[in-house]
Parts: sequence; C-alpha cells; structure tokens
Amino acid sequence: MSLPLISRTEEPGPGLPSRSPRPRPRSRRPQLGALFVSPYALFLLVVFAVPLGYTVWMSFHRFYFTAPGTEVDAPWVGLSNYRDVLTDPVVQQSFLNIAVFLVINVPLTVLLSLVLASALNAKLPFRAFFRAAYYLPYVTASVALVAVWAYLFGTDGLVSQALGSLAPDPSWLVNSTLAMPVVAVFVTWKNLGFFVMLYLAALQNVPGELYESASVDGAGRIKTFLTVTVPGVRHATTLVTVLAIITGANLFTEPYLLTGGGGPDHASASPVLILYQKGIEQAHPDFAAALGVVLVLAVVTLSLIARRFTEQNDKTDMKGA
Amino acid sequence: MTKSRNSGRPLRMVVLLAGAVAFLFPFLYMFGESLQKATTGDLGSVIPLPGSSGTQNYEAINGAISLGTSLLNSGVFTMGVLLCTLVFGVLAGYGLARLHFRGRGTLFATLLLVQTIPFQLLMLPLYVLVVRDYGLGDSYLGMILPFAINSTAVFLFRQFFLQLPSELFEAARIDGAGELRILWRVALPLARPALLTGTLLTFIGPWNEFLWPFLVTKDVGMQPLAVSLAGFVSNLRGTVENPTGAVMAGACVLAVPAVVLFLLFQRHFTQTNIDSGIKG
Repeated sequence: MSLPLISRTEEPGPGLPSRSPRPRPRSRRPQLGALFVSPYALFLLVVFAVPLGYTVWMSFHRFYFTAPGTEVDAPWVGLSNYRDVLTDPVVQQSFLNIAVFLVINVPLTVLLSLVLASALNAKLPFRAFFRAAYYLPYVTASVALVAVWAYLFGTDGLVSQALGSLAPDPSWLVNSTLAMPVVAVFVTWKNLGFFVMLYLAALQNVPGELYESASVDGAGRIKTFLTVTVPGVRHATTLVTVLAIITGANLFTEPYLLTGGGGPDHASASPVLILYQKGIEQAHPDFAAALGVVLVLAVVTLSLIARRFTEQNDKTDMKGA
Repeated sequence: MTKSRNSGRPLRMVVLLAGAVAFLFPFLYMFGESLQKATTGDLGSVIPLPGSSGTQNYEAINGAISLGTSLLNSGVFTMGVLLCTLVFGVLAGYGLARLHFRGRGTLFATLLLVQTIPFQLLMLPLYVLVVRDYGLGDSYLGMILPFAINSTAVFLFRQFFLQLPSELFEAARIDGAGELRILWRVALPLARPALLTGTLLTFIGPWNEFLWPFLVTKDVGMQPLAVSLAGFVSNLRGTVENPTGAVMAGACVLAVPAVVLFLLFQRHFTQTNIDSGIKG
C-alpha cells in the first residue's frame, strides 16, 4: 500500500538500474500492473496530456483552421494571443460574469444546503422522499431542465405572471442585470441536492459532545448552529467553493440555451461560451487556446488556494485545541 | 440533547416541504405541459385534464427531431462509455490498488488532477484533434473518445479494491492464481456494489452531456437526444403548432431514463458521489 514511498526511495540511488531486485516477492511481476493500467494511461495521454500540450502550443502561434490535407504555416507570435485575450472586453465581461456567478452561487449553496441538511439530520417521516426529491435535478440533463426554466422565466412565464406588475421589465432572461443571476440560481438549484447530501454526511462527523457542551454552556439553538455546526462542516464548505469555481469555469449549456448564447449582449456569457464562439464559430482557435490556458491556470490555482486555506485552518485549530 | 433535536420537528417539516416543492415543481410543470394541447403558462397546466390533454406534443417532437434515432444515438454513446469504463476502468482501478509498478504514484496523482480540470477547457484542442485531424466528426467513436474512461469511476474502483483485505489476495496468489484470474474470480464478485455505483455514475455523464456531442455531430441523424432537443429549441420551434409543449415532451423523454435509474438505485447514486467528493 505504500508503493509511492518505495518508488521514491529507489530514485536517489544513482547508477542503480531500475531492474535492481527488491526483496519483495511481488516485484517479480512489475510489468503486469503497468499492463493493467496501460489503457487508462493511454486514454489520459490522448484526451488530457496531448490536448493540454497542443493548446499551450497553439496559444503561442498564429493558428488557422485549414481544409483537410493543406499545410499552412503557424508562425510563432509569442504572447500576442494572451494580450488579445486579456484585453478583450467580452472576455473581461465573461470573467466578471463568473465573479457574479460565484458571489451568488457559493453563499446560496452553503446556506440552503446547510439548512436543508440540518433539517434532514433527524428521524423524520418521508425522509427518503425528501432526499430523493432534492437529488433529482442533479441527475437530470441540463438541456431538459434549462428548457423548463426558460419557459418558467420567459416573458409570459409563470414567474412573471405570479409577480404581476412586480415582474421585471425587460423580463428575466433578456434583462442584462438579471440574466446572470438567473443562471447562477439555476445552477444552484440543479446542484443543491448533491451538496445537501455532502453536508448531511459531514454533519454525521460532528462529535455529539460538542453539542452537549454547548448546551451545558447555555448556548441557544442559533448560537450552537454558528459555533458548533458551521465550523464542524468546514471541509464540506471548502469543497463547495472549489466545485463552484470548477463549475463556473465550466459553464456552457446554461448560458448557451437559457439566455440564448450568453445574452443579452454578453451579459451572461461564460468564458467557455466565449471560447466556443471565438474558437469555433468565428474560427480564431489560437485566441481560444490562449483563453483555455488562462482558464486552466486559474482553476488549478484557485482550487489549490482553497485547499491550502482549509489545511491551514486545520493546523491553527489543532494548536488552539 | 435529544429534546432539543425533536422539539423543532414542525419547523423541520415546513423547511423540508418547502424544499421539496421547489425541487419537484419544475418536473411536474414539465410533465404537465408536455400533455397540454395548448400551453397557457399558468399554474393550471400542471394538471392534465381529459379534454385539453393528449400525446400530440410527443408526436410533434417525434416528427421534428425523430426521437427514435436520437435515443439510439444517446444509447450508443452512453453504452460505449459504460463498456470502456467497466473494462478498462476496472483494470486500472485494480492495478492502482493492488499491483506494484513504476509510475503508480504519478498515474494516481494525474487521475486526481484530471478531476479538477474541466474537460470543457480542453474542448478546443480536442475538437481540432478529433474532428479535424483524426476525421472522427459525426461518428460514435469521436463522441465517445473524450469520455471513454470515467476517472471518477476509476477512483471509485481503486478505493473499493483497496478496502478488500490483503489476505484474500495473498491466499489466492499462494494458490498460484494469476492476477487476471484473481481479479475475475476473487475481486470482481465482491465488487458488485462498486460496479453498480460506477455504472450509474458513468451513465449520467454521457446521457446528459451536451457540449461535446454538439461540437462533434453536425449530421442530425448522428445527434444524441440532448443535442437534437437543444437544436429544436434554438432553430425549429416554428415548425410545430405548440412549440413549448413539444419542447417539454422532448425534455420528459430525455429526463426519464436517468430519473428512473435514480429512483431504482437511489442509495448507490448518493452514497458514492459523496464518498468520492469527500475523499477526492
């Protein structure tokens, strides 16, 4: 089980060929494991490593789509694609839109899923029904659900009908202030069931003694919730943040279909939508490649920061305890 | 302690019921509207009445995008991914958990990294490679390729094989069984729950996927249902009498397989996603 350690100790021995026999009987057939994982390793190479390398290469060159069989030079252009990406007002708008998405999605997800998970965390009638109901949108195709939401939030849709004269004008999905928030609320709604289950699992791990000592100290229900429950499930909260960043960077189907191609006037455009429009519809693959590289770097950096942040929290907790 | 847990029961039920309404209402609305002859958009259309409802919306959407072909394409796409994941994913999971070879740590680290980088960000180079360089546009192979082995499922299989007691494997090895035989005779029969969860988890990916098959298939006859339905929403609405009803009918057909599987195997869906979420 500690193989990563073993292979690491092998490395510092210079001059020792890798076939040096280990005293472990199992290393008699080292190729077999490699054989078992080779299709998967090949798969990762073909659909992950090669495209990643290719997109980095493309992002430093002037690259054109060509008719099959024709060879066209792709001259080195240095950082010019990156300059184009970072100064493009539409790209900047899309990053801003993702910021709006995160500002709405993360707190709303944390709040609602924590409330629903706490409510579910007891012996209750119809518990299985509630769990199933909450999880249903998570397993259903975005295309199907977006179609319903587009209709509910349409100009003459049920939501506007119910609000009467309070309905926004222009209507939700064609309103440049409201389009992105509706997308964010849709995604929150669709994924909430997953996070409710996540928090429900996390709540099981909060030690019962903490609740007892809180009640001995005379803490009220809200105070107990804030001082025991919320810190007790902070790992789940980090995961919500990390996954929300990944989802935000991923967003395509919702703005493409719900707000008709990131409309109105790019008010709900996501970076992936811009990547698609620029790279494939408008045939600027080099620009899109640079945008892709920027996004990969941003996603990896932000998730690492979010992870590091909780790890540090844990350390200070241990010192405090 | 127990008193404080039970005292809030009415409040809990109110919160939970409000949640259930918010989650289920769009589904009811989708189904109700799919049966209406004319869509009015008001609350009454949730309940199908004998006089004003029927299956004409399903006939309309079938005429516009050919449900049979679309469902077949969705099915082939999904089954291809499932097959590759179950064969190569199980082998990889077993290798990562139970066999020793150089580069195992690196491969596992890559598996974890792959899960943080959304495939969408690599869509452009993949599109150029698959459609333009390999000429796999409008083919099942091109559709399946980027999804072929679900990394979350590989992770799940690895975790499962890792949990099994090592004595089991040692005993089989002492009896002289080869690794493939151990995997087939010892590990797989025990792994049925993990296989079921892996199957369900893998199923909803390609079945619900929109972006990649949308890029790869320009030929309507090759499009999975999610793509052809989205195409109908954006371009073909004018071709039927009650476009909203037809869209809702298509949405129901697209939603039903995943919803039915979920209702049948609920626990497997929720449990693993959580496990892989927390451990990953």
